[in-house]
Amino acid sequence: MITRKSDGEFVVVSHGMLGYGFPESSLAAAIEAGVDLIACDAGSSDPGGYYLGSGKPFVSEAMTRRDLRLLLRAGAEADVPVIIGSAGGAGSDLHVDFLVRIAREVLVELGIERSLAVLRSEMDRDVVREAIAAQRVHTFETFAPLSPGDVDEAERIVAQVGCESYWPALRHKPDILIAGRAWDVANIAALPLLEGYPRGLALHMGKILECGSLAARPTAGADLILGRLRDDHFVVEPTDPAKACTIDSVSAHTFYEKTDPVMLAGPGGTVDLSGSRFDQIDPRRVKVTGSRFHPAERYLVKLEGAKLEGYRHSCIGGARDPAFVRQIDEIQASVIAHLHEFQRGIIDPSTYRISFHRYGLDGVMGSWEPVRTPAHELGLLIDVVADTPERAEIVCAMARSTLLHVGYDGRKATAGNIAFPFSPADTACGPVYSFNIYHLMEVDDPEGLARLEMAA
Amino acid sequence: MTPLSGIAEVIRSKNAGPFVVTFDVLFGSEEDFEAVRTAGLVTRQAVAQLYGVSDNELVGFDYFPFARAIKFSIRRPVSSGAPGDSDVYGAQQHAPLLDLPALP
Repeated sequence: MITRKSDGEFVVVSHGMLGYGFPESSLAAAIEAGVDLIACDAGSSDPGGYYLGSGKPFVSEAMTRRDLRLLLRAGAEADVPVIIGSAGGAGSDLHVDFLVRIAREVLVELGIERSLAVLRSEMDRDVVREAIAAQRVHTFETFAPLSPGDVDEAERIVAQVGCESYWPALRHKPDILIAGRAWDVANIAALPLLEGYPRGLALHMGKILECGSLAARPTAGADLILGRLRDDHFVVEPTDPAKACTIDSVSAHTFYEKTDPVMLAGPGGTVDLSGSRFDQIDPRRVKVTGSRFHPAERYLVKLEGAKLEGYRHSCIGGARDPAFVRQIDEIQASVIAHLHEFQRGIIDPSTYRISFHRYGLDGVMGSWEPVRTPAHELGLLIDVVADTPERAEIVCAMARSTLLHVGYDGRKATAGNIAFPFSPADTACGPVYSFNIYHLMEVDDPEGLARLEMAA
Repeated sequence: MTPLSGIAEVIRSKNAGPFVVTFDVLFGSEEDFEAVRTAGLVTRQAVAQLYGVSDNELVGFDYFPFARAIKFSIRRPVSSGAPGDSDVYGAQQHAPLLDLPALP
């Protein structure tokens, strides 16, 4: 355990997404108020498997550098640690390398020396294969078991590590900790847990602070948020004096982006909010008590892996003719029949997938759309994903030209069916990845799960 | 008839991980929340029918008094960002709820 400071309060200022920006005045206000930790999440699975699969960062380098510069400078000035998890968006080793490079450059630019701990949570494939063989990998929201074939297909695999995996790094008291894929709560709660603060309250506070000022009102714009943790409660307050935390904004935030708002499952157990109490202690601050933690029988971490689905080529156009709009289902089927016929012996249909996104009909909701009446015009997005970029281009071009001239019942406009806004009409969109691993793995020693590198 | 949009303060959808979209309906007062709950029109069956999904695809449906909120989730037919997906963040799947009858 790390010795706590004497006043019995642990103050965290949190930024919800590195590179999304925040007002400099908010950080200044937090530092002025006095904080023990600057915490920042840098990742999300929301934008799909592309970033994990490709190894590319989710947020631009320029904006990452901007936020990081402000956070590292504030950390140095106040002499408090800065903890950043899920580096680069997806938290693989490539993403960690990206963020560590920027952090080092920023430190040189600022002319400050700070110790840096790097925690990697990309998983060795053999570890995952062995866990499958030992039946220690469990089906989660994919509703399908993990197979060794999935492990082979994944470009890379990361574990979303919990607070315990941060502890070996934090015992070294680094000025800066950059972690790979991690539970967003760990950035906020791992350090106070190490100082002996109660788990239910620390994790619940982490869950509220991890999205930054989303738990305050008004929600306009990315901003920081402040939490004050004690042994029997915590207090949440916005750093921007124009914002306020209310019982509604804080209690409703536990609804955000999760399926169960009362029992929040994470690495090692569940935070139970059924006994939580929210009190408005002044117009801008909410006090929370009663949140509990139930340790799980087996320590589980989530594994994430992404595989290459192929290469995309797309084309956008619109249709205004009412007879065309009415018969879009039949016209689409006709285009696909023509593709199969004309490309027989040239392109095997099993090497590509084609989708038509039909804006004005069901382009946003697909099969969930209850309204089946088309608008007076349709936006059509032809989306082809094939095993090679060349094949995607050929199929997309063929689908486009066929759609332009295909016949349909009652056609009066024989010159062309589609208005294309661009020339050329087709665009190469690069590789497409999807999550093919999203499973839970049993871990005996969570403190030994991530690989620690201490840098000077 | 009052639709959900006429009485709820927030009606939203968002990914809860890449394989599930979760839906939240938040009310501004306990009276509004209780009125909708008592009316019994916004139900698990009603939202399953609205989105054309089976009982198996619908994950949970509950009224949560502590947050004056209704929450349910639906398994995605295509995971976030995979070929054929139409809404990577799942943020525009809430719209049919706006017109769902909430009070007689």
